[in-house]
Amino acid sequence: MLPKAPSGIDGLDEITEGGLPKGRPTLICGSAGCGKTLMGIEFLVRGALAYHEPGVLMAFEETSEELAANVASLGFDLPALQAQKLLRVDHVHVDRSEIEETGEYDMEGLFIRLGYAIDSIGAKRVVLDTIESLFSGFSNQAILRSEIRRLFRWLKDKGVTTIITAERGDGSLTRQGLEEYVSDCVILLDNRVIDQITTRRLRIVKYRGSTHGTNEYPYLISEDGISVLPVTSLRLEHKVSDQIVSTGISALDEMFGRRGFYQGSSVLLTGTAGTAKTTLAAAFAQEVCQAGGRCLYFAFEESPHQLIRNMLSVNIDLEAHVREGNLMIEASRPTLNGLERHLVTIHKLVRDFQPTAVVIDPISNLISVGNVNEVRSMLTRLIDFLKVSNITGLFTSLISGSMQMDTTEEGVSSLVDTWISVRDLEGVGERNRGLSILKSRGMAHSNQVREFIITDKGIELLDVVVGPTGIITGASRLVRQLQEQAQEVSARQELARKDRELERRRRVLEATIANLRTEFESVEEEFRQLNNEEHDRQKGQVMDRVKAARAFSPSDTSTPNNQQPNS
Amino acid sequence: MEVDENPPFGEKEYLLHLYIAGATPNSTKAVRNIKEICELYLEGRHELLIIDIYQQPELAQGEQLIGIPTLIKKRPGLIRRLVGDLSDRPRVLAALGLPATPPR
Repeated sequence: MLPKAPSGIDGLDEITEGGLPKGRPTLICGSAGCGKTLMGIEFLVRGALAYHEPGVLMAFEETSEELAANVASLGFDLPALQAQKLLRVDHVHVDRSEIEETGEYDMEGLFIRLGYAIDSIGAKRVVLDTIESLFSGFSNQAILRSEIRRLFRWLKDKGVTTIITAERGDGSLTRQGLEEYVSDCVILLDNRVIDQITTRRLRIVKYRGSTHGTNEYPYLISEDGISVLPVTSLRLEHKVSDQIVSTGISALDEMFGRRGFYQGSSVLLTGTAGTAKTTLAAAFAQEVCQAGGRCLYFAFEESPHQLIRNMLSVNIDLEAHVREGNLMIEASRPTLNGLERHLVTIHKLVRDFQPTAVVIDPISNLISVGNVNEVRSMLTRLIDFLKVSNITGLFTSLISGSMQMDTTEEGVSSLVDTWISVRDLEGVGERNRGLSILKSRGMAHSNQVREFIITDKGIELLDVVVGPTGIITGASRLVRQLQEQAQEVSARQELARKDRELERRRRVLEATIANLRTEFESVEEEFRQLNNEEHDRQKGQVMDRVKAARAFSPSDTSTPNNQQPNS
Repeated sequence: MEVDENPPFGEKEYLLHLYIAGATPNSTKAVRNIKEICELYLEGRHELLIIDIYQQPELAQGEQLIGIPTLIKKRPGLIRRLVGDLSDRPRVLAALGLPATPPR
């Protein structure tokens, strides 16, 4: 493993996987205004302060005083470092008009000066800014070139980590072809203007003996020095959380298998204009704060006050959380800064504020700042950064009406874990809002499109009403509900009518039964009467016959027998 | 500064500092050349100081030394720096403000 000297510059050590090659020269080239000198100075200052490696700055273009004044605004106190013997600045004054060449010479003077400066403070780092100036002072190029080659060799032998800055040339990395001599590490800085927005970019052209990030990385010069993005790890190795955070709307929670988002996941909320993306985002922010978390809210469309006022109208009180310090609303116009400046601002605020959730509303506005690829790469970095920090990220994105789902302009959909889509459900003469979950990594989710309404109590998700042609919303839903009610009433009435009918039938039947019974009773009565009469009559006949028998003969036993054939 | 006809008391008209680096060929050549020029053109009018920067490296920064050998003409007139082994005599003489032929 090649030993490396950490530069201490934000992000650069990540891309170079540890820093610049230790004890070897590194060439930093770029056109005017790229921050070559600044990068060199920051390398020395950070080295001195953070890694206790004193450094020598050999400045060919600016004097010690000028340099100190230039970087004072970044908080680098060069005179103090010089006093502490952590830094030595040697201004090399090169002026053609003062130099008369009278024969053979070499650059031993430079070697001696540098050697003396290094030895006097035990320097481990050297910056030569910009050694090409020598070419303007001396006419003998052959000598210069061989001497520069010797200088780099000599620096290597001395074991100091060196940065050599050089101006970008036409068609080559440096005007004087210095890259020929410095072959260990070459970093190219670039400053380009696209659509009136300046973007600074850094690329490692070569790094002998080490792997490195090969992309162009945006960097910027902020009030803290140079920041190269990404300032995150470049690998997908972050730990994940198993905790769940609520979406802030209980009905929406229920649409997720685990009732919310995973902590540290990223959520994309897409929708056309006026589909309450901000309201949903604000509801989430409120929920985070109520659950004891901290939320950082980037508003790219509204000022904090406007946001607070508007959200209060739907019963989302953000101001209380702002006052408690759990919520921070950072509002700015996207066009105010370049993309990477936004990213750095976000990074910086996230570091300072330590939120558990970040809301960016909306990310689609950033498109106006850069092209799609840039925005995408920026968002990739941002999402990675948030994930690595285990911060839940919620991004809203405006999609144009014509562009349908699946292609969000930034193409971030593949980066995010959860994707909620809100859209207009346009029916007859009205628009309604529908919400659905397109994806949710790592948990089951509802497949329904839910209509939701925004009331002065907040967001409410309505129950699903399925009609013959699909889901029914808005007025149709009301009509449907009325219809259902009417149907229900009539069904109830029908039932009651049937009950009554039955009752009537029963009564009729019972009446008939009673009638029959009465009839039967009267018939029975009649029969009984006849029967009795017959009985009585028969009895009477017998009696009469007995009486008669008694009158004709005293022996009456044979009488009935005799009488029988006659009767 | 005009050419000073009356140098300060006890000082010569010409003050020359020659910075060399040890005994490198360029340095020895330069020493030889400047001594010859001084004998020919500045007999008794000059003060020549030869400094080996290996011995006094701390001087290198103050004197803004880059190329070695360097001859610095401190007096008279403007300070001039002559880089090289001083073998290009016409240029040396011109830079020192001396006539092209020896005064004899």
